[in-house]
Amino acid sequence: MQEIISRLEQLFAEGKINRVLGWKKGDLAYNPEVSYFESAEALKDFVYDGFCGANLSKYMIQGSALEGVTAILLKPCDTYSFNQLIKEHRVDREKVYIIGIGCKGKLNIETIKAMGIKGITGIKGAEIDCACDELTVETLYGDKKVAYKDAMLERCHVCKGKEHMIYDELLLESADTLDGDRFAGVDAIEALSPEEKFEFFRKELSKCIRCNACRNVCPACSCRKCVFDSNKFDSEQKANVDPFNESMFHIIRAFHVAGRCTDCGECSRVCPQGIPLHLFNRKFIKDINEYYGDFIAGENAEEKGPLTNFTLDDMEASERR
Amino acid sequence: MCDCNCHQNYNLDTLVPMVGIVTDIRQETPDVKTFRVNAPEGGKLFEHKPGQCAMVSVPGVGEAMFSITSSPTNKEYQEFSIKKCGVLTDYLHDLQVGDEIMVRGPYGNNFPVDTELKGKNLLFVAGGIGLAPLRSVINYVLDNRDDYGTVDIVYGSRSADDLVQLKEIQEVWMKAKDTNVYLTIDRPQEGWDGHVGFVPSYLSELELSTDKTVLVCGPPIMIKFVLGALTEMGFSKEQAYTTLELRMKCGVGKCGRCNIGSKYVCKDGPVFRCDEVDELPNEY
Amino acid sequence: MVKIKRENLAELYKLISAEKSLFVPAKKAGQTNYALYGADTEVDLDTLKTVKSAKELFFPQSETLYNVKTVDNKYTVTQAELQNEEFVVFGIRGCDLKGIEVLDKVFLSDPVDSFYKARRENGITVALSCNEPEESCFCTVFGVDPADAKGDITATLCGEYLYMKANTEKGEKLLSDCASLTEAADESEVADEKAKIAEILKKLPYANLSLEGWDGTVTEEKFNSPVWEELYKPCLACGTCTFVCPTCQCYDIKDYKTANGIQKYRCWDSCMYSDFTMMAHGNNRTSQLQRFRQRFMHKLVYFPANNDGMYSCVGCGRCVDKCPASANIIKVIKAFSKEVD
Repeated sequence: MQEIISRLEQLFAEGKINRVLGWKKGDLAYNPEVSYFESAEALKDFVYDGFCGANLSKYMIQGSALEGVTAILLKPCDTYSFNQLIKEHRVDREKVYIIGIGCKGKLNIETIKAMGIKGITGIKGAEIDCACDELTVETLYGDKKVAYKDAMLERCHVCKGKEHMIYDELLLESADTLDGDRFAGVDAIEALSPEEKFEFFRKELSKCIRCNACRNVCPACSCRKCVFDSNKFDSEQKANVDPFNESMFHIIRAFHVAGRCTDCGECSRVCPQGIPLHLFNRKFIKDINEYYGDFIAGENAEEKGPLTNFTLDDMEASERR
Repeated sequence: MCDCNCHQNYNLDTLVPMVGIVTDIRQETPDVKTFRVNAPEGGKLFEHKPGQCAMVSVPGVGEAMFSITSSPTNKEYQEFSIKKCGVLTDYLHDLQVGDEIMVRGPYGNNFPVDTELKGKNLLFVAGGIGLAPLRSVINYVLDNRDDYGTVDIVYGSRSADDLVQLKEIQEVWMKAKDTNVYLTIDRPQEGWDGHVGFVPSYLSELELSTDKTVLVCGPPIMIKFVLGALTEMGFSKEQAYTTLELRMKCGVGKCGRCNIGSKYVCKDGPVFRCDEVDELPNEY
Repeated sequence: MVKIKRENLAELYKLISAEKSLFVPAKKAGQTNYALYGADTEVDLDTLKTVKSAKELFFPQSETLYNVKTVDNKYTVTQAELQNEEFVVFGIRGCDLKGIEVLDKVFLSDPVDSFYKARRENGITVALSCNEPEESCFCTVFGVDPADAKGDITATLCGEYLYMKANTEKGEKLLSDCASLTEAADESEVADEKAKIAEILKKLPYANLSLEGWDGTVTEEKFNSPVWEELYKPCLACGTCTFVCPTCQCYDIKDYKTANGIQKYRCWDSCMYSDFTMMAHGNNRTSQLQRFRQRFMHKLVYFPANNDGMYSCVGCGRCVDKCPASANIIKVIKAFSKEVD
């Protein structure tokens, strides 16, 4: 981590950047927050560890309105979102200095807590410089050992790879974390009967509290005014009397980000009710791949997405499997 | 707690409205209409005090807070002067006499007509649709004329066509005892031989004595400059009252929308003395 | 005081639910929230905090207020039925109970909210002591004793048994209704457990959080502080904190169109949302800084100003656990005490 801080200090000293968009130490072992560091001195509170899962790309929409150059720290998977935001003209490439940082998989405190671990007072092994494959979770009720892999976010098990898609410079090495099949979850749902599918989605979506965290964190949800924030529609924003409308929110959102979603997994990470929202998006990604050929949103900042581009090779809807 | 009477008319919860019948509609200006409302069985829906508001709604369209522009001394009906500026008000402007609307209220506090204002010389300053809440007070005062001192009314709008209640102003207010009405419009206009200029500057020109209690209502920017003018003229903040307008949903100080500082505008307002307004966080 | 073996709790649930609606912390799709007890309910007393607080049982996330039928452009208004049967909330924690005290100040003050009042009058609370407080807990800062929460009944899990003690008439009635399943017990049997909890509470990371400088009189000083400029920045403007909070009570009133009229319902709203204060002619809080500040100023300054110093926070720590951006009330309080230093 010191390597990052030193480099950022240098960039400040050279006058190349006016601020850093990064993570600030939290007051618990696992709750760093997104922060703008306005000076080299402010970096004393900087942190980059296993709990810095937050994708900073979207914050750069606001960052683009600030004076001068903002240095942003992007993990490999975050760069896909950033490219997508450039493509959609939501961030200003000229105002950002991208430091592609290495990643060894990000941790999910919810996963750790779901193991029954309570009263966490400290976590060792989450440091980015630590090569350990085990976490020591210190709690009010004794120390617990957890394999690093077992505490990772779902998205890290299906990691897109160690390559940064866009950067001005690179720092730190990444680790291989891929050990799952990205579409296994979608396949499993596809194999269900319609009744079972309905039951599955009702069970998951009925937990939704309409907090809009998934939407607000989503780099693909960058509309200036969301359709769900308009009072001209019945299915607006907040909780409804009708569970059907609740589900509509997620379905419409999934449609809306189809072809633009980079599968960054932030929606599932932030959901307070642990709804596996990424499954919706992956279903679209899987279908798009099948219909239009393999496509990875955010791989570059130029190529048109399959749903915004017409080619003669496009499959007709009537030809569906 | 609050001394409102916002629930005294109710057997049901205060959030449940009553049906009201629109019994008269007057086109005041190109975008303001005054709606007269009665209970279905005739008479008023409820009693109110000058400055209080009510929630007017159309099922499936919307609900919003409007000040009751008629005076409580009017025993037959209540009136709302409503400017067309959104989904609900667009709909209201399309209503016909005989149509039903829904009303709940009255909500909020009122201008202190029975206490602080009693026996005082009164200066009313209004801009545009801001006359609506003041009209309730003015008519209340004129109907209880002997309880108050002199009355001065300074009222301005963008153009002569935008002056609301012009008929009443000319036929009632201008003829009332010890009452002066000063009208002004923002820009010169053919056929208008009255004063031209913004309300705050007209107010300064009038050189009124400072022995008055002032009631100000209008667009926020006008209120700001009127208060500035009043201070220059030697008035203190304690002498002036105004109304605040924020988004409201419940009307009873619970839904949180109109909360500003420790006040809920729907319940603790809409009427505030200007020194009280100064104590609120600058978020109105 | 009575006790019942843990393994017999299912019998207790069955007995209570045969007579009354029984709400329990239930695990569904991996998360624990309050739910109506039924045959296949997975009761979860081990999870300390339900995602949504028990607030929803008294002030539901959405509820119908009245229906309007429209025939020939004539309206008929019918108020929704009020809660008129007793129901039991089993397993409510001390913080959530305190949260209801806060809500009472809002909904039971003049004019009383009849929908809420009806639920309060009919609700019977079985409060469960917190055997294993967690790092995000700071209820003691707000005077809550999580080892002795005063619901209609105070319940404590200890060893093989759940101990229950009635604090009110309603509680006594419920206990006597369940007498066939319980046996007499002595309070001394839970003394050790309470002492153990008290020891853990002292070790919690936020145990010594100081609220000094926060009361109803500091509007100007706190409102104008530059500290907010930093604090709000991570905020995603979502409503997670609001919706998991046991004391947030802002609501919206909306129309739901049905075939022959409308259903007027209210639902939880959040001052964090951009349209919260939006009017036809403008918005008095246009920036996220203003909205973020409003939420915390309301909890720590405005609410105490109107309610004899009572804060609108009970230290449940749900926002600490759930804020997707790790911005929370603790960080706000701490940031201001840093400023004082």
